[in-house]
Amino acid sequence: MPLLRIEGVAKSFGNFRAVDKLSLDIRAGEFFALLGPSGCGKTTLLRMLAGFETPDEGRILLGGNDIAQVLPHERPVNMMFQNYALFPHLSVRDNIAFGLKRAGMARRDIASRVAEMVALVKLEGLEKRKPDQLSGGQRQRVALARSLARRPQVLLLDEPLAALDKKLRESTQGELMELQRRLGMTFIIVTHDQEEAMTMAGRIGVMDAGRLVQVATPRNLYEAPASRWIAEFVGDINLFNGQVAARENGRLTVSTAEAGRLAVSELWPPVTKEVVSVAIRPEKVKLSRRAPASDAGGSQTINRLEGVVADVNYLGGVTSYRVRLESGAVVRSSMANTARLDVDAYLAGQRVVAWFTADDCLVLEQ
Amino acid sequence: MSARRIFARPARLAAIAPYLWMVLFFLVPFGFVLKISLSQTAIAQPPYTPVFDFTEGRAALAAAFAQLSFDNFRLLLQDNLYILSYLRSLVVAVTSTLILLLIGYPVAYGMARLPQRWQGVAMMLVIVPFWTSFLIRIYAWINILQHDGLLNQILLTLHIVSAPVVWLSADSAMYLGIVYSYLPFMILPLYATLSKMDASLLEAAGDLGASPRQAFWLVTFPLSLPGVGAGALLCFIPIVGEFVIPDLLAGSNSLMIGQTLWLEFFTNKDWPVASAAAVALLLLLVPPLVLYDRLQRRQLEGGR
Repeated sequence: MPLLRIEGVAKSFGNFRAVDKLSLDIRAGEFFALLGPSGCGKTTLLRMLAGFETPDEGRILLGGNDIAQVLPHERPVNMMFQNYALFPHLSVRDNIAFGLKRAGMARRDIASRVAEMVALVKLEGLEKRKPDQLSGGQRQRVALARSLARRPQVLLLDEPLAALDKKLRESTQGELMELQRRLGMTFIIVTHDQEEAMTMAGRIGVMDAGRLVQVATPRNLYEAPASRWIAEFVGDINLFNGQVAARENGRLTVSTAEAGRLAVSELWPPVTKEVVSVAIRPEKVKLSRRAPASDAGGSQTINRLEGVVADVNYLGGVTSYRVRLESGAVVRSSMANTARLDVDAYLAGQRVVAWFTADDCLVLEQ
Repeated sequence: MSARRIFARPARLAAIAPYLWMVLFFLVPFGFVLKISLSQTAIAQPPYTPVFDFTEGRAALAAAFAQLSFDNFRLLLQDNLYILSYLRSLVVAVTSTLILLLIGYPVAYGMARLPQRWQGVAMMLVIVPFWTSFLIRIYAWINILQHDGLLNQILLTLHIVSAPVVWLSADSAMYLGIVYSYLPFMILPLYATLSKMDASLLEAAGDLGASPRQAFWLVTFPLSLPGVGAGALLCFIPIVGEFVIPDLLAGSNSLMIGQTLWLEFFTNKDWPVASAAAVALLLLLVPPLVLYDRLQRRQLEGGR
């Protein structure tokens, strides 16, 4: 039995179906991310877990008990709010102690728990400050400490890092992961930032229009997206529409208008439709001046596309190229800048061969 | 002339304007009142001595100045009529303010929780009585409360009472009038703070184990205190000096300071004592005014 089981949960606001018969299991100690574009229902789902919204149908089982109708203040679940929702009239200490006092904890225990939480989020010396005397990063830590203080069975985090700048966000991501590992607590984070979800979460649930469209590890989500929509939502991807022309030994040949015939290794489960898209991530598309030998990578089948470099974007760690094929279609390629001197760089207007192996391609139903 | 100076001049004038207003319409008249309060009553025109005459030279002015005394203030302390009036004013103002808070807070709270489009309507309903003259509304109350007025007619028709009840010329009628008249001044500042309240704070309180009642007392109420202070002082201060409502609705056996002042001034024609009473009233109201100012400043700082 998982710690948290969401069973056929649905919630509508007027005519708008925010969450549509969604089911999901979350294990104890897991760092789970709900990822999706705004309006996909991820926040509504989180608010139903916290108790701020009541599901129209379905069950939410926490440790086997249905909590769908339980009021927020009676749930062993805590939430860290996107705007932090710190009490402006209370000090850092009193904000953190708020939930402990409500739980009827003894004075001395509250003091020691608050001290422990303050140390955990490295806020020593700021206990007496009011929220408006803190920086954004410090406020974020108070909110985290406050939501962790009651040692909830599940901690819900609603876009917890959205208000921080990039550098602080990255260091806080690491701290959150470290904290979650150390406390062994179950974290469910809602985010629209795929990098954030991929960095922190053990598993990611991608939501679209109130439904979970895929639940997978970050790697599987990226390398084996379940649909064309997910492939485009998570990361960059080149897509070529075509038709299955031949099928043998787990290898498909897809004939596309834009890139000619492409050899693709078929994943399990096999595609059943004839009209498909071939998808290839930009970092798997290599560029070279001459076509590589047919069996460059051993037994790999290689797809080669000839074209002209249309533009070059130098991004520091990688350089991103757009190559225009003879059909007019564009293939994106990103190549790691492994050497400081740009001996391998291509220039706009240069003729190149973009190539990739059959194993690096995905075939997705349209 | 530099551009900066051209623009600086009207800006400086704008900054001076409120002070100019204060000096012209508060400090100068207050100086007159203060001077009269230190004078003695006389059967003359004006009805007090000395009268400062700036045309008769320095010596005469100095002599007039020497005649000023604090006798009237001494009288205020000796005759318990004044002390009783002051005390009654304070009691009436404190009681009314408490009643206003008890009624105004739930109303403002309810308004702030209405759907957005209904809040404007509720606001209009609170403000609409201002469209009718204050005096007419008080006279309307006299009409409702009098012997054969609407209230007694309803009570008799419903057989709740068997004979008409005397409502007027009683403290209850006065409190009714005061609460009725001042309610908008209590509701509006309360509504202003309550409607600004971040709903996620209440969710956070609930999330951390506070029941809705606890969340109200631990979060909503403390955060609305600036509004409570503003509303309370906005009502308390004018109620202390209230004259019309007690005069029209309350009995004549005990007077509020505003009524005593009026009697002294118009019936007794004792301008100096009336002025002394007015100065004393002003001094009495300084502490709550300072408190109000400090509260406002704290609210401004909190808002940043």
